[in-house]
Amino acid sequence: MKAYFSILKLRFAVQLQYRAAAAAGLFTQFFFGFVRVMVFHAFYLFNTTIQPMSLEQTVTYTWLGQMVFRTLPLGGDSEVLGLIRSGNFAYELCRPLNLYFFWYCRLISKVAVSLILNGLPLLFIVCFLPQSYGLIAPSTASSVVSFSVSLVGALLLGCAVANIISISTLWTLSGDGVQRLLPALVMIFSGNIVPLAFFPEWAQPALRYLPFSGLMDIPFRLYLGTLPPAQVFTLLTLQLTCAGVFIGLGLWLLSSATKRAVVQGG
Amino acid sequence: MNAIKLYFKYINLHVRGQLQYRASFLILNIGNLLVTFIDFIGIWVLFSRFGSLRDWNLWEIGLFYGMINSGYAISEAFGRGFDLFAYQVNTGEFDRTLLRPRTTVLQVLTHDFQLTRLGRLMQGLIILIWASINLGIHWSTFKILLLLFAVFGGVMLFTGLIVLQATMCFWSTQSLEIINSFTYGGIETAQWPLAIYNRWFVKFFIFIIPLACVNYFPVIAILGKNDVLNSPVWFQWVSPLVGVLFLFLSIRVWEFGVKHYRSTGS
Repeated sequence: MKAYFSILKLRFAVQLQYRAAAAAGLFTQFFFGFVRVMVFHAFYLFNTTIQPMSLEQTVTYTWLGQMVFRTLPLGGDSEVLGLIRSGNFAYELCRPLNLYFFWYCRLISKVAVSLILNGLPLLFIVCFLPQSYGLIAPSTASSVVSFSVSLVGALLLGCAVANIISISTLWTLSGDGVQRLLPALVMIFSGNIVPLAFFPEWAQPALRYLPFSGLMDIPFRLYLGTLPPAQVFTLLTLQLTCAGVFIGLGLWLLSSATKRAVVQGG
Repeated sequence: MNAIKLYFKYINLHVRGQLQYRASFLILNIGNLLVTFIDFIGIWVLFSRFGSLRDWNLWEIGLFYGMINSGYAISEAFGRGFDLFAYQVNTGEFDRTLLRPRTTVLQVLTHDFQLTRLGRLMQGLIILIWASINLGIHWSTFKILLLLFAVFGGVMLFTGLIVLQATMCFWSTQSLEIINSFTYGGIETAQWPLAIYNRWFVKFFIFIIPLACVNYFPVIAILGKNDVLNSPVWFQWVSPLVGVLFLFLSIRVWEFGVKHYRSTGS
């Protein structure tokens, strides 16, 4: 356990060095968020039908989505992917650690840092936007607590999915099928493109039980208060169960891949 | 003329090389097709709830969406060499380019060609055709020419952005992500009619990065709509020329950058 904590601490320090990249990312996230907010404003302007979310709630959801965007599992760990492609993966096998959890810890540090370097500054900037363009405050103190708890669940789940993407590279060197498809599913079914509440009613039950809603939609609904704070433990159990399934799958894929791994020399 | 002949010879070589791996080529393209399709699901979801966006309907958005994505896909396929330019500077490979008796633009442009981006192009075209069937546009020869001209202008404009991004490598060996956010952010913006945005934001995409000229204005002319931005009709028909101008200016900036190039020496 101690070894894994050191990895977390070390990687955290390393990731904190990439401040320039984080600043550029911050700009991109702000830009995308702002475009989407304006599009929603236009949709709501002449709207006469009742919508599942109010404009202010939708705008808040959009900004929260941009704040956590860099924590979503949209790709594997780029350094690990490099190790696999170059063959330096062989060194990884020599470490007296469980490789899966070593990689998992690296991912956790990465998303934690991106929350600090991207999420927090964006939160700060968004607070200065005029009303109905910025964030609305959470309804109660308990919804803040339940949001934070659920966000931790979301990060643990996200890293488990991201690790699958890394590991899939061991199976096909380019790993393209999984590396393209999984992020696409994450984008749409986490609520990143459109809040899940806007999907047709018939799709709602399926969306709720797909593991991807645990990445964004569940914590955000807790923030907005559309899900009662009391449900947080049930929802956290759901998130952690999904994370457990992905971790189990990852462990299995990794162990069977290392058994048949052929390291290309050179 | 010799340069153009040489260019197509290079492209031909890249295409033949990539077609050697047929299965991987197919999977990649299908993957790309699916991924970009998911974006459009988001737009469809919103229209299924709201019905219309001011006085625009889903098919009209499809026209914007199809055009901008087709243009970007083509420029991404051709401009890939500039996309990878940071690597050439970091490794010092660009020094060799300078020694050859051909223009740098041609050589960098032909450094790579990505056939796999055609998935995105296919998707853009499918949406474009699907939208224009549903809109019942009367396609006169002039309108078809304007459509092709606008997509061509889009290719020029995006290529110009890629060239500008590569030019930044002359001053900072880390390619700046800022331009990237204008490319991707620009696509996101231009998928929707510009008239829905705040005016200062629209001005940016007319006068600084003239995406409106290769997308919004031509579409207005094709649909025969009244422009709330009050652009003259003749301008709507010639506006894609601005995209060509943008590329021309970008290449001038590039040439200025080449003069100031200092090798990393590695």
